[in-house]
Amino acid sequence: MSAAISEPEAEAAETSVAVKKPAGGGLGRYVLVRFLLIIPTIFILTTLVFFLMRITGDPITASMGGRLTEAQLAERIQAAGYDRPLLVQYFEYMGNLLKGDFGTAISDGQPVSSILLNYGAATVELVFYALIVALILGIPLGMLAAYHRDKAPDAALRILAILGYATPVFFAGMILKLIFGVFLPILPIAGRGTTQTEYIMSGVVSPTQIYLIDAIRIGNFEVLGDVLAHAVLPAVALGVLTAGVFLRLVRTNLIGTLGQQYIDSGRSRGISEYRLVTKHAYRPALIPIITVMGMQIALMLAGAVLTETTFGWQGLGFKLAEYLTARDFVAVQGIVVFLAVIVALTNFLVDVIAAFIDPRVRY
Amino acid sequence: MSTPDNTTQAPDNTSQTPDGKAKKSWFSRLPIVSHLRQSVGLQRGMLITGLILCGIVLICAIFAPLIAPYGFNQLGTSEGNFGSKLPPGGTHIWGTTVGGYDVFSRVVWGAQTAVSVIIVAVIMSIFAGVILGLISGYLGGWLDRILVVIADAVYAFPTLLLALVMSIAISGGQSSAWGGIAAAAFSITVVFIPQYFRVVRAETLRLKAEPFVESAIVLGASKTRIISKHIFRNATRTLPLIFTLNSSEAILTLAGLGFLGFGIEPTSASEWGYDLNKALPDVTSGVWWTSVFPGLAIVLTVLGITLVGESMNDLNDPRLRVRRKAKTKGAKAAKAVTSSSDNETAEAK
Repeated sequence: MSAAISEPEAEAAETSVAVKKPAGGGLGRYVLVRFLLIIPTIFILTTLVFFLMRITGDPITASMGGRLTEAQLAERIQAAGYDRPLLVQYFEYMGNLLKGDFGTAISDGQPVSSILLNYGAATVELVFYALIVALILGIPLGMLAAYHRDKAPDAALRILAILGYATPVFFAGMILKLIFGVFLPILPIAGRGTTQTEYIMSGVVSPTQIYLIDAIRIGNFEVLGDVLAHAVLPAVALGVLTAGVFLRLVRTNLIGTLGQQYIDSGRSRGISEYRLVTKHAYRPALIPIITVMGMQIALMLAGAVLTETTFGWQGLGFKLAEYLTARDFVAVQGIVVFLAVIVALTNFLVDVIAAFIDPRVRY
Repeated sequence: MSTPDNTTQAPDNTSQTPDGKAKKSWFSRLPIVSHLRQSVGLQRGMLITGLILCGIVLICAIFAPLIAPYGFNQLGTSEGNFGSKLPPGGTHIWGTTVGGYDVFSRVVWGAQTAVSVIIVAVIMSIFAGVILGLISGYLGGWLDRILVVIADAVYAFPTLLLALVMSIAISGGQSSAWGGIAAAAFSITVVFIPQYFRVVRAETLRLKAEPFVESAIVLGASKTRIISKHIFRNATRTLPLIFTLNSSEAILTLAGLGFLGFGIEPTSASEWGYDLNKALPDVTSGVWWTSVFPGLAIVLTVLGITLVGESMNDLNDPRLRVRRKAKTKGAKAAKAVTSSSDNETAEAK
C-alpha cells in the first residue's frame, strides 16, 4: 500500500528491478529471463510459508486439539504422516505442489485444489470489477488534477486520494452497506446474487464460475442485471483504494510529460490545453500505470480477502477467512500459496506487457 | 537546476547568530520542527492537520485510563451490566456493542494498542532492515545476492497474507494477553523489513563509491567502522519518511488482521479491527455506532500519519516544495524553473 504513496520506495523498486535485468538481448530473451526469475520467487515463498506454518506444530493438533483424546489425535497425525521428519514432509509437499496437489482440508475433507477452482473465479471476477472502477475513477481524475495543478481541484483530489488510502477496505465496505443497503436501500449488500440467481447459476452447463460470463452465455438479462447489481458495492469498496493510487500516478506522470518540449511545440501551434492533456500528454504517462498495476493487483487480491468477508462474496478470500476461523491450516496454507503464485505470475505478465509497450524497459 | 538550500533560505530564521550566518539550534533542526518552519500554504495546513491528528491519538494512547470512562473489557458497573447495542447518548456517548462493551472506551483504549504495535513493529523492522541493508550493500557477494532474492520474494507477497502466516507461526492463531500485541507487532515487522532493507541497501551501494568512503579505507578504518560511522549516517536520511508511511500501513495491517479474527481478544486489549469484525452483522440491522466510531478512529489515525509523511516528502523534495518567495514575486519564473527541472529529471530517466 505504501509503495503507492511513497516515491522513494517506488524508486527503490525500480532500481532493484534494474539490477535483475540482463544487459543486451531482445524481447524474447527478456521474457525468458524474467520468467525464469519467477521460479526462485515461488520456491522461496512456498518454502517460507511451509516452515512458518509448521513452527507451532502439526495442522491436526491445531484444528482438532482439545476435541479429541490424545490417542485419537496421535492416530490421526500418524495417518496423515505428520509424525515424520519435517524435511521429509517438506519434500513431499513440494512434490505434490508440482503435481497441482495442495493437500486436503481438515475441516471439511475437500481437496484444496478443488476449493481453489471453485472459488478462485469469484475472486478474479471481483478484482476485475474493482480494477475497472479504479481505472474509470483514477485516470480521468488524475488528468483533472494535473490539468489544474496546484489549484483548488488538485488539492481537493489529493486529499480525497489520501482519504481513500487511509480508509480500510472493510470499513469502506461497511459504510457503503450502511448507506446503500440500510438507510437508502437501493443496492444488494451481500453475496454474488439472489438465491434465485445462485440457483440458476448452479444449473449452468460447464460453468466458468464467473457469473458475468455465465449470465451472458445463458442470455438471461435479469440474472445479468442482478449479478452486476450485487457487484457494485464490493467493486467500489475495493476499487476506490486503487483509484487513489492511479490518480496520483497519472497526475505525477502527466505533469512530467506536460513539461516536455513536444507539448510546448503543440501549444505554440495553437492546440487547446484540453486536447494537449487528453491526446498528447496522457499516452506516455500511462506506461508507469501498467507497471504499477501488477503490484496493485497483488494488493487487490489481499484486499479481496477483506472485501469478500465484508460482503459475503463467496470467493477465495471468504473461504480463507472461514478456514482461519476453523483453524484449518492445510486449507489456509493452500490458499495463501496459491495467491502468492498468482501474484508472482501477474507481476511477470505485467512486466512483459510493459516491455512490449515500452522498449526502454527491456534494454 | 537550482536547488536552493532551505537551511539558509528560511526568512524567519530566529536563531541566527550575530554575524548573520545561518546556524540553527538543535531544536529547529529536528525533522518535523524544521519541516514545519519551512512549510507554507496548503503544505503547512496538511502538516499541521496531520500533527494534530497524531497528537490526539498519542494523547488517547498515553492517557487512556484517564480519558476512557470504563475499562476496555468492562461489561458493567456495580449497578449492573451496560446492556447490548445501546444507542449513543446518556452514560454511553457512543453507545455499546453487541457484546455489551462501551464503544467510546474501546475506541480510546484501541489507540493504546495501535500506538504500541506501531512502535514495536516499526522500530524492530528498522533495526533489522537497516543492519541487513548496510551489511548486504557494503559487503556484497553471495550474502547480498541471497538477501536480495529473499527480500524481493517477500516484498512481492501481499502484506496482509504474510502477516497472517506470521501470526499463525507466532501464536498458532491463538491470542493470549501477551501474544496478541506481540504477534501482531512481529508479523508486521517481518512485512516491513524488506522495505527498509531495499532502501538502505541501494543507498549503501551508492555511498560505497563515494570518495569519503575510499579515503576512510585508505586511512585503514575497519569495515565495521566504515559501515557504522561513515555510511550509516548518510544512508538513513530518508528513513523518517518511510517510517511515517510504514506506521500508517502497520495500522491498516493490524486492523486487517483483527478484522479476520486474528486480532487481540477483547479481554486482553482493545483493537479497532477486531471491533469492526464484531460489528459486521450489526450493519445490516442499522446499528451504525459499533462500526462507525472504531472505523473512523482507524481512518483518522492513518490520515494523520499519512499527512505528516506526505508533507515531509514534499518538503524534502525541492521540486515539490512550495517556496515562500515564489508566492510573492515572479511566481511564473519560479514555475518555469520547476517545470524545467522536471524536464531534466524526466530526460535523465
